[in-house]
Amino acid sequence: MKSAVVQLPGLNRDRDMIAALTKISGKAPITVWQTETTIPDDVDLIVIPGGFSYGDYLRCGAIAARMPVMQAIKEKAEKGVKVLGVCNGFQILVEAGLLPGALMMNASLKFVCKEVKLEVVNAETDFTRAYEKGQVIRCPVAHHEGNYFVDAETLNSMNGNGQVVFRYAEGTNPNGAIEDIAGVVNARGNVLGMMPHPENLIEAAHGGSDGRGIFASALDVIAA
Amino acid sequence: MTVTLKNGVLDPQGKAIEGALGSLGFEGVHQARQGKVFDLELDTTDKAKAEADLKAMCEKLLANTVIENYTIAID
Repeated sequence: MKSAVVQLPGLNRDRDMIAALTKISGKAPITVWQTETTIPDDVDLIVIPGGFSYGDYLRCGAIAARMPVMQAIKEKAEKGVKVLGVCNGFQILVEAGLLPGALMMNASLKFVCKEVKLEVVNAETDFTRAYEKGQVIRCPVAHHEGNYFVDAETLNSMNGNGQVVFRYAEGTNPNGAIEDIAGVVNARGNVLGMMPHPENLIEAAHGGSDGRGIFASALDVIAA
Repeated sequence: MTVTLKNGVLDPQGKAIEGALGSLGFEGVHQARQGKVFDLELDTTDKAKAEADLKAMCEKLLANTVIENYTIAID
């Protein structure tokens, strides 16, 4: 299982993401710069990490979503390659049209940096098989624009298709997201976007490893 | 081009501004919405072409039509 981490100016969680992927798969991911127009064929998982691409100018993720590498990622996603976007990565995926909805400013108007609880709503995706449906995990968040919004009709079909993968649980919704949505997949199920940072909760030194399951699932290294 | 959040999409910044205006004593202010204004100079003198180009710019980049509306004014 080979993974790739996308790098764009202003992303700053790429090193954390590379460390998480390396520790969990035992193999360092390759890095892909924004101007690259192809991604190697043997890559099975593409990760867009968090940060502030292009300084969050215009809208978070808007400019990054229009860089050449995103076209390559779209083509890979259409072929079924797994794509994970965390935080700014999630914002980039919705701006690129790879995921439905939009991420708006937090209802509190404040940047939130804290730990939340997530309910695993769908444990049958490529990213959540390590968990059980309904399981509640801990996960850190750090964002200013994580307030997920989608129109009622799309939301309805997403709920029906199991596209809502994570919800903030136990009253921990930090941003006002509609129906407490923290993470969603596309209809095919191979593209996941989530605001929380699972890469920052993968080992004892982080104070827990609840986020590990997302990478273990996506990298196909779930312990028996 | 002016880009604002669609009706029905909660605008927390608009709400905060409405509250601040109220606290300054401006009464009767409702539905405050915050948006963005883009001023561009175009080489073309063809108004129809300018309008078509500006519309495409809004659709492709300047507005996120999932949550935002835009209006175009040319002079």
